[in-house]
Amino acid sequence: MMLGPYAYFIVMSYAVAAAIVLNLIGWIAYDYRSQKARLRALEANGIARRSNGAAELRWP
Amino acid sequence: MALIDLANPTRFLAFVMRVLPWLVATTVLLLATGLYLAALAPDDYQQGATVKIMFIHVPNAWLSMFVWGVMTVASLGTLVWRHPLADVAAKAAAPLGASFTFLALVTGSLWGRPMWGTYWEWDARLTSVLLLFLMYLGLIALWRAVEDPSRAGRAAAMLTLVGAINIPIIKFSVNWWNTIHQGASVVRAGGPSMDHAFLIPLLIMAAGFSALFLTLHLAAMRNEILRRRVRSLQMMQASRQNSTNDTDAFPRKQIASGTGAM
Repeated sequence: MMLGPYAYFIVMSYAVAAAIVLNLIGWIAYDYRSQKARLRALEANGIARRSNGAAELRWP
Repeated sequence: MALIDLANPTRFLAFVMRVLPWLVATTVLLLATGLYLAALAPDDYQQGATVKIMFIHVPNAWLSMFVWGVMTVASLGTLVWRHPLADVAAKAAAPLGASFTFLALVTGSLWGRPMWGTYWEWDARLTSVLLLFLMYLGLIALWRAVEDPSRAGRAAAMLTLVGAINIPIIKFSVNWWNTIHQGASVVRAGGPSMDHAFLIPLLIMAAGFSALFLTLHLAAMRNEILRRRVRSLQMMQASRQNSTNDTDAFPRKQIASGTGAM
């Protein structure tokens, strides 16, 4: 695959796209771990959601 | 599971955990195939190899508008039907839409420099997409500025509905105004004007980026539901601490007033 005289623009386009997509994936994965850790810490302190049942139908 | 069951956040979380691995696999497969076909695509007779930028620029440009469309429907869900997940869906989509719009702007700029001789031109298409990007940032800032998620959700929903007017302006800007940006070559009356050698990799990349959006959106919605649960539990914890402090303070007041009476 020859990219010719404009290789810089083509490579930069794909590199920026890859960086943004990987950044999004990393941010979402980190956020998930962070929220799960906060939930576990609260539950360890005895603060827990009501058990499955009627309360589950209410937000959140 | 009926669709209405997904209105329950707990059932929605279970659904996300089930479908997420399949969505990740589909996204990887589509993007890998799309990238392979894009690498094999021939050079354009006018644009040369820079046509390869199209395979990421166009899907991101489509998604920048599509995500705002998703947020518009979610905003209707928030304001009209008060669906419990509508506000969550809109909030989770905004950073994704902002990222796709940013990528459309950057890759368009990198494509424009060799083809138009400039990175940027204040013409109708480019300016309206920049405005869309700024609106995404405004919505993200609004959600961060208002602490109560339901109040923030309603304000953001109204702003999203007003901003939806920009979507047809972006789409038809190349028809309504004189612009250096080329007209539609895929979604147009009379069918695509593009050769299959470019069209097939483009459509597969578009499907791959759409699958990526769906995957990340569901994962971000799951995170937002967990964040609201954390907030709700923290409020419960604070209210318990307040009530404990109140019961501790009450006898002390009585003792103090009793001592004063002596």
